Amino acid sequence: MTTTTPAATATHCPYCSLQCGMLLAPTAIGSAVPVQVRERADFPVNRGALCGKGQNAAALLAPGVRLSTPLVRTGGGELRAATWAEVLDRVAAGLAAIRAEHGADAVGVFGGGGLTNEKAYQLGKFARVALGTATIDYNGRFCMSSAAAAGRLAFGLDRGLPFPLADIPHTECLILVGANPAETMPPALRYFRELRENGGTLIVVDPRRTRTAEQADLHLQPVPGTDLALALGLLHLLIADQTVDADFVAERTTGFESARAAAMAHWPERVESVTGVPVSQLREAARHFGRARTGMVLTARGPEQQSKGTDTVGAWINLCLAAGKAGRPYSGYGCLTGQGNGQGGREHGQKADQLPGYRSIEDPAARAHVAAVWGVDPDTLPRSGRSAYELLDSLGRPGPDGVRALLVMGSNPVVSAPRAAHITARLRELELLVVCDAVLSETAQLADVVLPSTQWAEETGTMTNLEGRVILRRQAVAPPPGVRSDLWIMRALAERLDSQAEFDDDPETVFAELRRASAGGQADYAGLDYQRLRAEDGVFWPCPAEDHPGTPRLFLDRFATPDGRARFAPVTHRPAAEQPDQEYPLYLTTGRVLAQYQSGAQTRRVAELTAAAPGPFVELHPRLAARLEVTDGEPLAVVSRRGRAVAPARITDAIRPDTVFMPFHWSGAGRANTLTNPALDPTSKMPEFKVCAVRVEKV
Amino acid sequence: MTREPRIAVIGAGMAAARFAERYHALGGTARVTLYGAEPRAPYNRVLLADVLTGRYDADAISLPFGRAELRPGAEAVGLDPAARLLTLADGSTEPWDKLVLATGANPVLPPIRGLRRPDGTGLRDGVHALRTLADCARLTEDATQAQRAVVIGGGVLGVSTARALAALGLAVEIVHQGPYLIERQLDAQAAAALRGALRALGVETYPGNRARAVTAAGEVELANGYRLDTDLIVLACGVRPRTALAHAAGLAVGTGIVVDDTLATSAPHVHAIGDCAQHRGTVHGLAGPAWEQADVLAARLSGADPEARYTGSRPLARLSAGPIEYAAFGDVQPDEQPELDVLRLTDATRGSYKKLVLRGDRLVGAILLGDLATVGDLARALERDDPLPDHPLHLLTTLGAAR
Repeated sequence: MTTTTPAATATHCPYCSLQCGMLLAPTAIGSAVPVQVRERADFPVNRGALCGKGQNAAALLAPGVRLSTPLVRTGGGELRAATWAEVLDRVAAGLAAIRAEHGADAVGVFGGGGLTNEKAYQLGKFARVALGTATIDYNGRFCMSSAAAAGRLAFGLDRGLPFPLADIPHTECLILVGANPAETMPPALRYFRELRENGGTLIVVDPRRTRTAEQADLHLQPVPGTDLALALGLLHLLIADQTVDADFVAERTTGFESARAAAMAHWPERVESVTGVPVSQLREAARHFGRARTGMVLTARGPEQQSKGTDTVGAWINLCLAAGKAGRPYSGYGCLTGQGNGQGGREHGQKADQLPGYRSIEDPAARAHVAAVWGVDPDTLPRSGRSAYELLDSLGRPGPDGVRALLVMGSNPVVSAPRAAHITARLRELELLVVCDAVLSETAQLADVVLPSTQWAEETGTMTNLEGRVILRRQAVAPPPGVRSDLWIMRALAERLDSQAEFDDDPETVFAELRRASAGGQADYAGLDYQRLRAEDGVFWPCPAEDHPGTPRLFLDRFATPDGRARFAPVTHRPAAEQPDQEYPLYLTTGRVLAQYQSGAQTRRVAELTAAAPGPFVELHPRLAARLEVTDGEPLAVVSRRGRAVAPARITDAIRPDTVFMPFHWSGAGRANTLTNPALDPTSKMPEFKVCAVRVEKV
Repeated sequence: MTREPRIAVIGAGMAAARFAERYHALGGTARVTLYGAEPRAPYNRVLLADVLTGRYDADAISLPFGRAELRPGAEAVGLDPAARLLTLADGSTEPWDKLVLATGANPVLPPIRGLRRPDGTGLRDGVHALRTLADCARLTEDATQAQRAVVIGGGVLGVSTARALAALGLAVEIVHQGPYLIERQLDAQAAAALRGALRALGVETYPGNRARAVTAAGEVELANGYRLDTDLIVLACGVRPRTALAHAAGLAVGTGIVVDDTLATSAPHVHAIGDCAQHRGTVHGLAGPAWEQADVLAARLSGADPEARYTGSRPLARLSAGPIEYAAFGDVQPDEQPELDVLRLTDATRGSYKKLVLRGDRLVGAILLGDLATVGDLARALERDDPLPDHPLHLLTTLGAAR
């Protein structure tokens, strides 16, 4: 048991969607950083466990790591220090001028899934009211938007997990699809280990034999981009094995007939030929899942980041519904959200088509409700804007659709966007690029104005973790003197832009407004306040009233559709947008490594993490390496139709011989997203990060 | 005002359903009509043997066909490519702008005396084909009364049907004219292992034997004079493309309806896909190539990819019949060629047999019987012409599957 000084602050990790509890204890005067991370055993999600990223999180607070003064670009092209008054005037004047000349939609806003609920909410309001623009979206579109779309179609509601993580050890069979929690969220691995200790079966679907797959009872290793066929094949086998739960299907679902027909078009031998997964393994997986009394399917970016991601997730949901494994205790479909506030970030209005409370911006009642909270005329609210990639692709383009100015908050698209060299070129074409960040990210380095903002331990705010648990991150240290909060920046800009609505910079006040704006919506936060969040270790939404206990488990009585029934998705398999051919004969898939996080803007600045994962690499099979006559560690070029990336070879038999893998945390020559394909899912507008065609060459 | 363009699909089988489903999914806007001879919606014919065993309900194997209009029981009997009309069995005519022939294939009826009713109206009682769900229903009904069955033909359909009948509790005998079972896909050793596996299930095989007649008493008389007493007979002697309509309309017909890489027949605006089509001299008669053809034609006609071409398939022969499983692909029994290496692994205890045919470090063909753990890897290696590892035997063991 760790003893803690009274001054330690109970808060949460700056990184992923687990939002692990941690304590930040003051360090001795003269230390490099003002606090150190300590174990916080009482938070239920991680019970004290932290990964290396969390353990070393305090390094982000070091003066040399974070920005401490506003920067503006000089005539000579350099970034120089400036005063807040100067930069705010310049930004406001620039935005106003572009809006006046080209219309409000020529001013764009790009948010992030790491922003607190308060900031995400305020950013959506800032765009719609202070700027009057429809042009707002965020990097969460690149994260789990396909799962969100599929969840809403099937269940009428999208919440990452419909149950607490603590339910996982109690299910009998869990299928983990395209998820690698052993590297992306290690403290969650305990739940999967306990599942197996309890006698449950863990099935992992991944083209790579990841550290997660190594712990599975059964690992299915499909060709990248064929998860949809795999799910249809498993549904086919449930039907053939007569393990479909006919009563559940009849009483709690609609649309089974078309799902069954699609499954009939995917008989096991055909699915084997599409996916490369032997029929015997398909049968084994279907037998486990079909016969288990309870079961779960959890997806992550693998099936979601595809040009058919919504359909792919829909096919996995179909499997749950057919087996009667949804809307019941210890059963259901869930998405392992990636970013820290991937869940809350998609609920409160920074998405192109949404208003707070997970409301549709096209719904007249939703517009009226939110406009009343904001004190504006509903008719002044813009309509749906364009999705993240479409927004970035339109930057600096001539003509009425071009976006001339962009305000980026909490995102680093130079590294994280697909076809990143093209997007970088688009960013350079902007008349005004403004970046709010705690560090000088690759995107900030291109900016005309950089606004240094408070981060994580320097401020207070709420996050909603992958379980739908709203938690309170508390300020533990004073921010450096030259730094302002994002809320303060939005307020200051709104005042200069003569906004007709009020903007506050106190997080608790903004949260109170968010509660009102979300009231009656699907993600209803009306019953929450900071006091409750502190006292109860977070509360699961929806929580419509102060005396409401919150909702740890969704759908037990009914699904959130108008008729209360879950809907099967009428989906069928189709190939990825780009298939290997003679010129580009291999698949590229991308992902993460343990010691880095997302675009690396934070983690690459932490010495311990950079030592553990110093740079990009190209993972390839020994047979492919032998054909290329490449040895381990030798530089290797990966070339797609969009560009070329170079990184050392890492030879491993954990990958398919027809596939290479690159982690996407780095910029420069080894930037994986130079290669990726921006083919979009028609429903979610998710780009196809997870599969494209490449060739590899010796350098 | 011009009327909505129409695509008529003759046939409502697997290729037809796939075409219709893909056509609409790819954004095609014409009105698509499926004219089917059978009185029901498209279904997955591949699963018929398992409908026979009761694994699938007959009405559970329906296939999606997009937003197409289905005309079940509307057999097309006449085709006029010049007038762009087709005539149905009831005498009515239907206009079209583009036509897709997906007429499929009929079972081959072998030259055996006594197969038909004396009046020539069809197969005599107790004699069955297995091509349609109606065939399947009749066979199921007979099988419940029967103790013994003879399957004539030891190809894929014969073997899977024999296994299904054995699963229903019948004693089954396969009479096969060829030297060994499934000689088009397997070699003699694989076929011998397969024969042993069938025997364990209650299926006896007589290769190198021809059925000559069905006697008045319902016995199967072999060419060598032996007679097999039986309660029912299933004909599994292959299929023949249904080309009569195309032939009568003057289209180029070989074994099947001749198509080019665009799946166009010799008549303008008329296409053919699936079991009825002959592409570069080959009639595949398998669901995989039929769907590849349907996908290409759907991409062309929907406008999604007007330049799409079908350049042929290298199909994998695959059977899963209960405990019996094999995969065979490429050239598995090449003539004696000095540059070819053949690797074999036989495991009599586990009933598995594996064979690789190699030219240098490239895979030419393979057979996996009994243990298919490495099938995906081998299929990819063949398809992509990837070089094999230094020790290709590793590709034959589960441990080496991904290594």
